[in-house]
Order: sequence, then structure tokens, then C-alpha cells
Amino acid sequence: MKKSNKVKLKTKDINLFYGSVHALRDVNMDIPSCSITAIIGPSGCGKSSLLRLFNRMNDLIPIARVEGDVLLDSTSIYDKNTDVAEIRKKIGLVFQKPNVFPMSIKENIMIGPKHHGIRNRAALDEITERCLEQVSLWGEVKDILGKSALELPAGQQQRLCIARALAVDPEVILFDESCSALDPESTMKIEELMLTLAKKYTILIVTHNMEQAVRISDMSAFLMIDENKTGRLVEFSRTTEMFSNPQDKRTEDYITGRFG
Amino acid sequence: MVKKIKENFSGIVFFALALSSVSALVLITVFIFVQGIPLIASAGLSNFFGMDWSPDRGMYGITPMIVGTASVTLGAAILGVPIGLCCSIFMAEFAPSWMKKVFRPAIQLLAGIPSVVYGFWGLTFIVPFISKYLGGLGLSILAASVVLAIMVLPTIISISEVSLIALPRQYKEGALALGMTHWQTIRSVQLPAAKSGIVAAVILGLGRAIGETMAVIMVLGNSPALPRSILDPVRTLTTNIGLEMGYASGEHRQALFATGIVLFAVIMILNITAQYITRKKVKK
Repeated sequence: MKKSNKVKLKTKDINLFYGSVHALRDVNMDIPSCSITAIIGPSGCGKSSLLRLFNRMNDLIPIARVEGDVLLDSTSIYDKNTDVAEIRKKIGLVFQKPNVFPMSIKENIMIGPKHHGIRNRAALDEITERCLEQVSLWGEVKDILGKSALELPAGQQQRLCIARALAVDPEVILFDESCSALDPESTMKIEELMLTLAKKYTILIVTHNMEQAVRISDMSAFLMIDENKTGRLVEFSRTTEMFSNPQDKRTEDYITGRFG
Repeated sequence: MVKKIKENFSGIVFFALALSSVSALVLITVFIFVQGIPLIASAGLSNFFGMDWSPDRGMYGITPMIVGTASVTLGAAILGVPIGLCCSIFMAEFAPSWMKKVFRPAIQLLAGIPSVVYGFWGLTFIVPFISKYLGGLGLSILAASVVLAIMVLPTIISISEVSLIALPRQYKEGALALGMTHWQTIRSVQLPAAKSGIVAAVILGLGRAIGETMAVIMVLGNSPALPRSILDPVRTLTTNIGLEMGYASGEHRQALFATGIVLFAVIMILNITAQYITRKKVKK
């Protein structure tokens, strides 16, 4: 697997609270650029919450409060002068279930770039083709671009969602258990796609599937709740290391399937 | 055995009661048509859809009333739809929960005010206002449009708001995750996705405007002639019936039923359209 030393995302003592519930405590991670980082851990340990911290989707939850900061390159994501829309443009998110918009395939791709100021028809057509090509969907849908995206099968819808995220030219893409609602064949296609994308983009995935983490990720982060039900980062290391020689007893128990 | 008889008996009772409400629709429809159709047949379509409404001379032209209904409804739509839609967007997307707790019952209360009160308010407030600042008598299309615009707000707001709230949360999250702003998300994703519900809201609201009689009678001036401006008085299909039914007899009376047929047809078309649109949404 490729090596990269440049840090793309850095969390600095991130703490997340939902009202009075302390959901994540003191998470510190240096996520290398152009790699795949898998966030693993038992249900309810705050994996998705952590992932959504990176593009501030937790802003949508009124009771959520964040302490600490995340740096994208050297830009603070939680600075109060940060343009949240700009951060989300740079850090895309693919959801657990495909969430194509109820409009045509083409409009699904074009809606992002359009709102970021690209008006030129030819440029939008070019983006549509390039992004669908990137997710290997172009050949399958090029004759039905005007059809409603809701008519596609789930696997294709999810790849369309990835293409839609790519269309706004992000630097980081977050995948929130994006294969869990798909059949094995579609999952395989998306895993291959993630590996290709990791050459250019920094990728973070949340997954329940240990094999998936081993198959595709460079780095792994293992999260678990402590006795106060607060999520903590137990171990963060190269995936090969974590799965061959876990440093923490809890990690070992989890990846060998003793709980979770 | 006794239990079974009881079961059957209550089934029959409920069926009979259910049937009575449906049969009310059938009876009213049949009655209106039986009363109205002979007049249309004997007077002829060119008379009935003519310009001149003078029952004492055997002229039953309802075109001015159709124009009247169309113009006050259009006016109510122009004033009421943007306000109602903005209000529903505000309620669904921006209002803090304490504000929703105040606004929602307030808007529902708006629907509960008797229409004669709206008319009275229009007559003592809107009509003099128009007369003073825009000229004319004040009894006008504009006055009726303003009153109707307020009356259709509860329908438009509540149905549009529900259709916005009912959208899957994933649409909004997906759009925000692309770096779209909240307003861009509303405009480009949520409103188009809720389109069928919003269209249904507007149609049902306008159905209410078309059917409204009492409030309109009080502020419209009620002259059965073609209007030349929005400051002119007109008469609508409903007010035509409301004003004259009390003393009409014979052909005149039948002509009012015939007016009812036209009204009935318009409302039916609107309701069927609204049902068709909402059903299409569910299927998708």
C-alpha cells in the first residue's frame, strides 16, 4: 500500500456532547493524505458521530456541542469564522443509505457544481460525464441521464451519490457505512472504487465490517465506549499493524470477535 | 349466537351511516342537475354563457360571474400563495420550536373564524382603505382578493408545511453535505421534492376561495357586469346564488341551480386534480 506522510486532517482534543451526554472524549488523530482510514468499533461507540464531525454535519443536531478542533490542512474547521458550506464542499459525505435527490440522474450530479457557481452548459456536461466515469456508472446510464435517479437499483444509486459528491471537487470524502445497505456485488464495486479514489482523495470510512477494513484501509481507528458511556479512541495505527499486532487488549478482543 | 347477531347488526348500522354521507353527495348532485339542466337546455348555451344577466327579461348570461370568480380567485392566489408558501417554509425550516407552538394554533384559529366575520372586517377595514387610497367605492375585486387571500392561508400553509416536513431528512442532509447553503437546499432540493404537496395545497386553497360566499358578498359590490379594473365591483358564481335564491322562482330559480352546476364542475375538477397529484406523489 502506498505511503504518505502528509497530514490531511488533524483532530485536536475533540470532545462531542449531546446535551449532557459526553459522546466522544479527547480524540486525537492525524489522518494522512491520499489514504483510506477506517473507523471501527462496536455499535453506539460514536463512529458515525466522529465521522460527521469532520464536515460539521453535527451542526444539524441542535443539542450537539463540540470542543477542540479539526484542522483540514492548516484550516480550522471549528473556527467561528469558518464558512461551513465551503468546508462541506471540500469534505464530502456519502451516507449509509443511498440518498439520491428526486430528480434526474444528470441533475443529481449537476446540482452541486451549479450552486458553486458553474453555469456553463458544456462545463456541467463535462463534469457529469467525468464523475459518472469515475464511479464506472457512465456506461450504464449515459443513455438515461434524464431518467429519475430513484428508478436506479440501490447499488447504482449509491455510486451516483459518490459521483455527486465528486462533482463538487472535494479533497476528502467521508463514507458513513456506505455499503451496509448493499448486496455483496455492489459492495465490492464500491470498495474497488474507494481504492481508486484514494489515489487522489483522502478517504474516511465508518464500517461494521472488519474484513472490509482489512481489505481496503491503510489506517484504522478503533473506538469504544468507556465505563461512563463516553466514546474514546482506543487505538489508531496502520491497519496491518492493528490487525496483526494490536497494542490494546480491548482492540484485540474486538477484532478477534470476542464482543461487538 | 347472540354475539354474532350483535356483530352483524352493528356492521349494518355502520354501513348505513357510512352510506348516508355518500348518498348525501349523490342526492345533492342529482338535485342540482335536475333543477339546473332544463334551464340550460331551454335558454340555450349562448344565452346561459352570455354577457347579460337579467332574469326578469329571460337573460341568464353567467359569463360576468365566471369572470368575477376567476378574477377574485386569481387575486387571492397572487396575494395568498407567496405569503402562505413563505410562511410554510419558515415554519418547516426556520422557526424555533416555541414559535411553532404559537404559530400553528394561531394559523388553525384563522381557519376557524366564521366567514361572515371576515366579510365584516373586510367591509369596515379593507373597503374604506381601498376607497380612500385607491379611489372608487372600495367594494371591489381587490377587496375580495385581500379577504380571500387571508382565508386561504390556513389551507395553503398547513398542507405545504406538512409536505415539507414529510420529506426524508436525507434529502436535506445530502444537499448540505454538498456544501449547499440552507436556503439553496430549500430552493433547489426541498421545494422541488415537495412540489406535488405544495401544488395540492394551492389547489385546495383556491377551491376554498372559489366556494366562499358570505365574506365575498359583503365586500364585492355584487354588480353582475364585466369589470374593467380590479377596483370595480363584480359578482361571483357563489354570490349570484346567495344573493338571489331568497326571492327567485321558476326559470330564475332554475338558472341559479344551473349556476350551481358550473360551480360544482369547477370545484370537482380542482379536487380531482389535487387528489390525482397527491396520489402520484405517494406512488413515487
